[in-house]
Formats: sequence, structure tokens, C-alpha cells
Amino acid sequence: MTLLPTGRARIDELRMVGITKRFPGVLANDGVDFDVRAGEIHALLGENGAGKSTLMRQLYGLYKPDAGEIRLNGAARRFNSPSDAIHAGIGMIHQHFMLVPALTVAENVALGLASSRGPLLDLDRVSKRIEELGERYHLKVQPDAQVWQLSVGEQQRVEILKALYRGAALLALDEPTAVLTPQEVGEFFKVLRRMAEDGHALIFISHKLHEVIDISHRVTVMRDGKVVATHPTAGSTRERLAGEMVGRPILLEYDKPPVPAAAANEVPRLEVEDLHVRGDRGRDALRGVSLSIRSGEILGIAGVSGNGQRELAEALTGLRRVTRGRVRVNGRDLTHATPQQRIAAGQSAIPEERMKDGVVRDFSVSENLILQDHGHAPYSRAGFLNTRAITRDCAALVKDYSVKTPALETPTKNLSGGNIQKLILARELARKPTLLICAQPTRGVDIGASEYIHQRLLEQRQRGMATLLISEDLDELMALSDRIAVMYEGRLMAVLDRADATPAKLGLLMAGVAA
Amino acid sequence: MNELFTVPVLLGILYSGVRLATPYLYAALGEMFAQRSGVVNLGVDGIMLMGAFAAFFVVSNTGNLLLGVLAAMLVGLLMGLIMSFVSVNLQAEQGISGIGLYLFGLGLSSLLFKKLSVSTRAIEGFPALPIPVLSDLPEIGDVFFKHNILVYIAFALVPVAAFVLNHTTLGLKVRAAGMKPEAADSLGVSVARVRYLCVTFGSMMAGLAGASLSIGLINLFQENMTSGLGFIAVALVYFGGWTPLGVMIGALLFSMVNALQLWVQVKAIPIPSDLAVMLPYILTIAALVLGRRARQPAALSKPFSRGEN
Repeated sequence: MTLLPTGRARIDELRMVGITKRFPGVLANDGVDFDVRAGEIHALLGENGAGKSTLMRQLYGLYKPDAGEIRLNGAARRFNSPSDAIHAGIGMIHQHFMLVPALTVAENVALGLASSRGPLLDLDRVSKRIEELGERYHLKVQPDAQVWQLSVGEQQRVEILKALYRGAALLALDEPTAVLTPQEVGEFFKVLRRMAEDGHALIFISHKLHEVIDISHRVTVMRDGKVVATHPTAGSTRERLAGEMVGRPILLEYDKPPVPAAAANEVPRLEVEDLHVRGDRGRDALRGVSLSIRSGEILGIAGVSGNGQRELAEALTGLRRVTRGRVRVNGRDLTHATPQQRIAAGQSAIPEERMKDGVVRDFSVSENLILQDHGHAPYSRAGFLNTRAITRDCAALVKDYSVKTPALETPTKNLSGGNIQKLILARELARKPTLLICAQPTRGVDIGASEYIHQRLLEQRQRGMATLLISEDLDELMALSDRIAVMYEGRLMAVLDRADATPAKLGLLMAGVAA
Repeated sequence: MNELFTVPVLLGILYSGVRLATPYLYAALGEMFAQRSGVVNLGVDGIMLMGAFAAFFVVSNTGNLLLGVLAAMLVGLLMGLIMSFVSVNLQAEQGISGIGLYLFGLGLSSLLFKKLSVSTRAIEGFPALPIPVLSDLPEIGDVFFKHNILVYIAFALVPVAAFVLNHTTLGLKVRAAGMKPEAADSLGVSVARVRYLCVTFGSMMAGLAGASLSIGLINLFQENMTSGLGFIAVALVYFGGWTPLGVMIGALLFSMVNALQLWVQVKAIPIPSDLAVMLPYILTIAALVLGRRARQPAALSKPFSRGEN
């Protein structure tokens, strides 16, 4: 038996055979075969809803498979709960951190473990071991710090330490880079490679193609609950992987003509001067943001979430009070305008939280499509809704924007994320806005729908619409933007031309390091 | 007014305050555990009534005080299991089911009291147990060290509760279950078991709180004799910022004001008695408004499920 540096036995091979899992109305996993070996980083790639997380949750004992078998080193095993999986040497890093923010690092690690002092906690001992492991795997973190005080990158280290502390020989990482800055991703990948060299088996779940190509040895692609391909990563291209994920060829880079040179007397679509607003906790969330966007231009806003992007979008859509500064749309002062006045001035918005701020979950598709325009002709007269006009126009919109819905009357919450986003896009673009404030347009949306949404945004750009594109997805920003601004702690660190913006440069700026 | 602020009267208020804090302490410490694990049990008052009745019934029939205490805790255990089942297994809205449990306890204790023709005379409750040496201290001895055993136990539970919560593996599980149950679950901690344990323990403490009234303080049972005391205990958990020490300070503050209010009435001080009776409740509201909500367990009153159908 080969031992890992943590003193635990290696898992030479994990094999999941014919795993099938049904949820009411959905076949989440359909006869899935998957395997990973010691020393290997095996990427599991697929769209949201392809069944990756469901597969991993069965490995970790959170769900029980309806059919199929899990074999560890050749022997069939059943995991009825996470503690069974933990005992077998399986660790899992969940997409949303499973940390208790108000507890210390050591308490989070010790949670659920037997103590050397019987019923009493032995946090000193736990802390010492955390430091040893941290040393070995370059996962430095203060054991007595409370988790809420840590950066996201540090919290992730705690998650990995938790698994290593429990002797995990196999680690499943569910979208581990979703919340990291590019620099943190680099550091994180070093840790993963180190672990693989030591003989850990790693499963890397992602939908970020370049990361999969960068880190993994083998890749398994899932689509609609089935495995569609398993092959070595070497030699794969992003285009090939994207095609396998979606089942048809996908464009990852778009051709777009340059923004025409400004006319002498051209008025910018959006001008923001020295904008200040307060955040939810009363502190200044924006501290002097100035920017301007011309007709036919897309300005991207990059940044780690929580640096004022949400507040910027809310201030520009009339949902948050501006404490200082000016906002002009097409030359008109709209600093303190209501959302309604902004819409009337030709502005549209795609909100960050589509289920919360974008649609009314329980409303039907058509009700959501007329959410803003229901108060006037042709959709209503004297307070009565004109059902015929609504049905006619909504049917056209649903068709135009290829929103997949069983009917116009279907409750919106039953649609997939991508289709809800297309619905919002249809509503917001149908009135031919001159300015679009667009936040995280493809977050949680599958590649196929993302590509569609991007094409529609570029089409509007051609038409002359100005777009403020706030996104945490650097690929998206690089593919769409004409210029990219980086936000850090409520200020714009810099505004780069697309041609000058490299991930490395953006990453530094996102971390608050001035170029 | 001057009559109120004499040394003997103030000592008397202190003495009663310590004594009257007992039921609040038991009930609130128990409720604190339930809430730290993520469950609000609003049925405390109903459990107290049932506990008070059970203890009084057993003692008036057998004369055995210990048996009375055990009966009250057993009743608490059963009602705690009901609350746990409803809130953990059935994932019901905890505020509503707690009020249901309260009404159940209120109704059943009154019904049993009438139907079982229980004595309406006072029983011989727990006697005062002066602590040697300490009770001889001038003034302080009388105030703190001449109480019955239930009073001492209640105050002794405060450091015990703090220790269990902060220095044991069980306490860590309780805190995690109340703040982020999915994290605890992902590490193999059974959130359901932890919550069952805490809610049931809390309900046993509520039963004991009832007993401390009916066979320790008043030595009588009357319909609805708690008159909302259990709800105050729930409020004290908020007031105390979910810590045993905070809960104790709240319980003492509250019972002192209560004792003061009684003295005001006894001494016929010219303050409208209604106003005096209101005083503790006004204090409760003020305390809750000023309370430290930031310390509230993040998953308080949220049922936990893994999401598997």
C-alpha cells in the first residue's frame, strides 16, 4: 500500500460504473462511467445541468445512485452519507464554500471530527496540524482567524485543508475557480499540481475551457446527463471541447468591426462624472467613478465581485441613490431619475440577479415580457390589459429571441437560466435602447445560450447602442468589449483598450495593483 | 417614594430578583440551545405550563419533590420530541408550530387540572437550603445564599452551558448547525440529530422551569400560571445575544424589575399599578429593539434539507 505524505493510503483508482440518477421529471445521470487514478487531474466538463454536480454528490454520499456502482481500488463501495465517503478517503470542495463564517479556521476544520480529548475540543492540536499541512502544500492560513475575515482565496485554502486534514486521497473540486482572481487561480493550480505529484487523485469540475486545458491530464465531457467523450487533454482545443459540451460547433471569438471614429459634435451615450454612492452597510461603495461610452461601443467593467460593480449598476438604473456626481444619458442629466424616466430616455438594463430583479418568478412568460410596458398602448387601455396585443407581440418576441418555453402562459420559474436570460434580453432590447446597462449577462447560462446572447449584444452594438458590460468572466469581457475598465474598492483602477488588455494585466489591476 | 429606597427593601428586591430569575434562566438557557442549533421553539410557555402541572400533580400525590422534577422534565422531553419532529422532519414553519405547541400546553394543562381534581392548596415545595459559611455573610448571604436547590442549579447551569457550547465537540456541532447547516452536513455531522438533541434538551429545561414555579417558587398550580413567562424567556435569548452570560444578565435584569414592581404594589407607592405591571414588558421591548441582532445564528428558524427528493 502506497502512502501519501499526509500518512493516508492512496486511492489508486476510483471507478464509477453505469451511474444513473433520476429526479422527478429529469434523468440527471444516465449510465455514467467515470474514473480517476492516483496522481491524475481529471477534468469533468459540461454545461450547467449536464449532471456533473449530481455525479459528484453521489460520490460524496449526498445522493444515492438509482443504479450503478462505485469502485475504490477495485472493490465496490456504497456511501450513504458524507461521513462514509470521508472515511473512504474522499474529499469534496463544493462550489459554494461549506465554511461557517463566524467560526475560526481551526473550528471549521475540527467540526464533526473526533477529538483527542474525548468530548472536549482540542483546537491547539488541530491548529498545529493545520500549520504542518499548510507548510507542506503551500496553503498558508492563520488557524485562529475567523473565516469571514479571510479573502476568498484563503477560504478556498481552508476548504482544501479541511479535506487534507481528514485524510482525503481523492479530491473532487466543484467549480473551484469561479470566485478566484486570475492570480489566485495561478496559485491554486500550483497547489493542485503539487497534490497530484504527491499521489492524490483529483477531479476538477469546470466549464471554463482554458482552465481545463491548463490543469488537467484527462477530460470527460458530459451533456444532458451522459458522458459524450473521455480523452487525454493534451492536444485538445477550446473549440473542440466547446463543441463536445454543446453538441454543435461553437464560436468562441467574434468578429466585430471597430467603433467608427467620433464625429466632432458627438454626444456620448453615457457620461458618468465622479460618481459616489453608499453600499448596503452605509460605507461608500463607489468613490468617484468617471466614465463615458460612445454610440456603438461596449465598455467592459472587470473586477472581483463586491468592489462596487453591483452598486454602479444600481446607481445607473435608478435603484440606488447617488450621493455625489453626475450621470448624463444622451446629454440629459439623469443623475436622480427614476427607473421609469430612464426607460423613457432610451435606457435598458439587464440586472445581475435575474431571478430576483429581472423577472417575477411566478409570472408567466408573457407577463414578464410586458412587465415594463403593460401600462400603455398597445398592451392596455384605461387600465384593462389587451390580451390579444400582448399574445401577438409576446409570441413574436419568444420566436425572435428563441426563448424555449412550452407556452406563453408557462410560469417563468420553470424555464432554464439561459431561456430566462433570453426572455429578459428580448424585453430589454425590443424597445431599441440607445444605452444598455448589462450585468453578468451569461452567469450560470450554458455556452450555447451565451453565444446567442453575445451575438445579440454585438448586433445591437452595430445598430449604435452603447453598452456598459459588467462581468466577472474575463473571457466574456475580452470577447465583447471595445475598452475594459477595472474596478477595485469603488474606483476604476484603469481603462484599457481591448488590444492592451491581457488577462495578466487585468488580474493585477483587479487585485488593486496599479499598472 | 423614599420608602422604596431603604436598604432592607433593596435587599429584599435583590433577593426576590435572584429567586424569580430561576424559571427564566432554565427556560431561556434551554431555548438558547435550541436556537443556537437553528430552531426557534415558541412553545416554551406551553411546555412550562405542562411541566408545572406535572410537577405539582406528582408532588401533591406522592410528596416526592425529586419525582416531581423528573415528571416535569419527562413531559418536557415528550413535547420537545413533538417540536423536533414537526420542525426537523416535517420542516414546518417554526413560529406557527411553536405557537401551536404553546396553545396545546396551555389547553391541556388547564383541562387536566380541572379533570383530575388536583388539590388547589399549596404543597410543601423545595425548602431553602442555606449554604454554610456563605449564607452567614452580612446582607449578601441573605440575598444570594439562602435559596432552594433549584435556584442554585439554575445559576450553576450558566457556566456549564457556556463551556459545553464553546469547548466541546458537541458545542461546535451545535453552533455550526445553527449558522451553516449545509457545512456541518458536508462534514458528516447529522444536522437532524443535533437539532433534535437541542430542541429536546431545551424543552426539558422548559419543563424544569415550570417545575421551579409550581414546586419551588409559588408551590401552587393555577391555570395559565406562567402568564407568558415562556415568551419572555424566548425574548431573553435575543436580549442575551445567544450567550449564556447574556441570558443570565437579561434574566436577572428582568426579574429585578419584576420584583421592584411587586414591591411598588406591596408598599402602595403612588404609581398606577397597571403601569408598574407593564414595566417589565416595556423593558423587554426596549431590550429587543436595542438587542444585538448581528449575533443571531444565521440559519435560525430555517429548516435544513439536502435537496435530494
